[in-house]
Amino acid sequence: MPEYQSFEHDVLVIGAGGAGLRAAIEAARSGVSVGVVCKSLLGKAHTVMAEGGIAAALANVDDRDSWKVHFADTMRGGQYVNNWRMAELHAREAPERVRELEAWGALFDRTPDGRILQRNFGGHRYPRLAHVGDRTGLEMIRTLQDHGIHQGIDVHMECTLLSLLKDGERVVGAFGYDRERGRFQVYSAKSVVMATGGIGRAYRITSNSWEYTGDGHALAYHAGADLMDMEFVQFHPTGMVWPPSVRGILVTEGVRGEGGVLRNKDGKRFMFADIPDNYKSQTADSEEEGWRYTQGDKAARRPPELLTRDHVARCIVREVKEGRGSPHGGVFLDISWIKERLPNAADIIRKKLPSMYHQFKQLADIDITTTPMEVGPTTHYVMGGIRVDGDTQMSTAPGLFAAGECAAGLHGANRLGGNSLSDLLVFGKRAGEYAAKFAREHGPGRIDEKAVEALAKEALAPFERSNAPGDGPYQVQHELQGLMQELVGIVRTEAEMKQALGGLKPLWEKARRVGVQSNREYNPGWHTALDLTNLLTVSEAVTRAALERKESRGGHFREDFPDKDPTLGSVNIVLRKGQAGEMLVAREPVPAVPAELKKVIEEMK
Amino acid sequence: MPTATFRIWRGNAEGGKLEDFTTEVSEGMVVLDAVQQIQAESANDLAVRWNCKAGKCGSCSAEVNGTPKLMCMTRMSDVPLDKPVTVEPMRAFPPIKDLVTDVSWNYRVKKRIKPFKPRAPDAKDGTWRMAQADVDRVQEFRKCIECFLCQDVCHVLRDHGKQEQFIGPRFLVHVAALEMHPLDVEDRLPELRESQGIGFCNITKCCTKVCPESITITDNAIIPLKERVVDEAYDPLRRLVRLFGK
Repeated sequence: MPEYQSFEHDVLVIGAGGAGLRAAIEAARSGVSVGVVCKSLLGKAHTVMAEGGIAAALANVDDRDSWKVHFADTMRGGQYVNNWRMAELHAREAPERVRELEAWGALFDRTPDGRILQRNFGGHRYPRLAHVGDRTGLEMIRTLQDHGIHQGIDVHMECTLLSLLKDGERVVGAFGYDRERGRFQVYSAKSVVMATGGIGRAYRITSNSWEYTGDGHALAYHAGADLMDMEFVQFHPTGMVWPPSVRGILVTEGVRGEGGVLRNKDGKRFMFADIPDNYKSQTADSEEEGWRYTQGDKAARRPPELLTRDHVARCIVREVKEGRGSPHGGVFLDISWIKERLPNAADIIRKKLPSMYHQFKQLADIDITTTPMEVGPTTHYVMGGIRVDGDTQMSTAPGLFAAGECAAGLHGANRLGGNSLSDLLVFGKRAGEYAAKFAREHGPGRIDEKAVEALAKEALAPFERSNAPGDGPYQVQHELQGLMQELVGIVRTEAEMKQALGGLKPLWEKARRVGVQSNREYNPGWHTALDLTNLLTVSEAVTRAALERKESRGGHFREDFPDKDPTLGSVNIVLRKGQAGEMLVAREPVPAVPAELKKVIEEMK
Repeated sequence: MPTATFRIWRGNAEGGKLEDFTTEVSEGMVVLDAVQQIQAESANDLAVRWNCKAGKCGSCSAEVNGTPKLMCMTRMSDVPLDKPVTVEPMRAFPPIKDLVTDVSWNYRVKKRIKPFKPRAPDAKDGTWRMAQADVDRVQEFRKCIECFLCQDVCHVLRDHGKQEQFIGPRFLVHVAALEMHPLDVEDRLPELRESQGIGFCNITKCCTKVCPESITITDNAIIPLKERVVDEAYDPLRRLVRLFGK
């Protein structure tokens, strides 16, 4: 029998970003015992990187805003393959979740009359993002953290979970290790909330941290839960491109919200050249009108730089491909030009975009108040994830709930900026609430000792191959990232994706042969080796789903099928594990939007 | 491509030593890139914390050539490469392995500080009104990314080991953020003076110097708190009021 530490909680929350912390707070509030497991130290989760803001129809800046407009914007942005119920709940509940953060100590920027200030963002009809300069994610995670530590929640920092544990069909816990000593751990719980974030590390150019290896997606999948919409990966249009070591680091959309413009090497604002039909009526037709919009003129329409992220990213790729890019293979994002319009523009930029100013100054030697930035697309977010019930956030595996980036449904084919932080709050709360309810209604499950034994053996296997020839864990990871970047990136074709599937097979083999040196104490080589299974699982899921969707929609663009196909517009692609361990691909109908919400969508068109 | 030698501390709680690694240095590289390159190429088990690699999460704190810094924000072009670049863990915290230290003390300290307690809402809909000017001051403190470099450099903690009596600059900033929060009505001054040891700080401003977020820790957070504590505890008039109020 392997040695392990045992922990028991009514509700186990995996992940301590915005969704995990909000879920834990909610579950604890209802009186059940709660444990949170996080891969890093508390407060370091990826939420901290979110810059722009939290989308919520508070209508503090523009009183024409309402949950209905937010709902319609989210559905339009998601190209109508969203789970309508989640989009509805999200739009209705986000304002309350934001106000609650203020009651817990968050300090948002203010309107002149002292209320929460809201800013413009891509795809949102009205200024909607509650924010703190360009460090909203930090404000949010710190608020949840500082509130959460007083709610009697047990936090297990720097622990990684490798597998969910099941009692029959029901998920009743998880198995993993602590990073510090490499000791195995068994968590038993009456219900589990997955809140592990995304999959960005499957790509080479990404704004995501090392943690984003698709753990929640993969663990849920291997435990029998459905994944959905995995073909929809968001490539954020503006990541840094130079110098090479910072390639992929995010440049907030807030830059464009504050008046920043995209230009090619000829100085042309190329976004005006390609405005999709369904956004034409909402988009400015002159630079002048676009500028007025960013300065709060309610009669003006938004500039094309604030179209949805999928579209802006593809326009940038086109400019670069056709030889109109910047010296290092991106395009120019210029906020410094506002000095032509505003006195003390430099001060305004530093006040509104302090971290961007700081980031470019320190990492690229560029002063954004005087010089345009070079930017290009970076892997940012996965719309797909664990398939959940819109109200309860329970997955198709009983006892397993999911919230935030690792859950699917809210964003459909493309997420609007700002809808992620609100997603974390709204569905983190719901997942916590319903996981606690489930825990109260069900007794403890039985932990399968045999399964634990097998998992422990498997986890230690890389040490037995310490002298094995072949690639190390970092090399295999690097190769996988290259493969996904090249073959399943922003612009996709059947031939390339088939090549990717072919390439994944030998990578699975390599991952099974990877050896690691030294011992179990804080050994990143071992950790990286163990994460490979998850990265490979999600990479395969993305590729298979993308092959199945023979059309272009939102974040998923097929060069061989460049148009939308209405038939595919009525299905979600679902992935589940077959009896023999193979990945099955299925088309499931998109849940039908009820008549009264259809009317809302029509009215807002 | 030019190469550089990195002298990295390898070891654990029982002890350790500096070990040399040579790796290639390319344009725009930061110290964390070099450490990760070494990890991928020749020392897979080299322990280091990092997350965002953009100066936002405060995970990759270390001492580079003896100065507490975020490795992700320290550019190789700002470090002399004609001699080995020394990279050591933060010395004010117990080592776990290599560049990773045990910072759990910080989390325990924070838990002891009284949480935010807002006044009753200003409006019927349960919301508050605050002026941007009042929020600005506290927003400075809330920029803190909890990298703990200020704790690392503070001599009260680092050299005198007063962890039991002094909460350190990070948490004085935290208390300042709460005390100066326009909505907060809690009183944290008695603890500041007694169990949290604000008196130990003799304003050498080392913390302010190393703060990667450029928070004016000493001038804007600690000194105003010291003034409040003095006003509250030692003002003769208030002492009289307190005496007769009892």
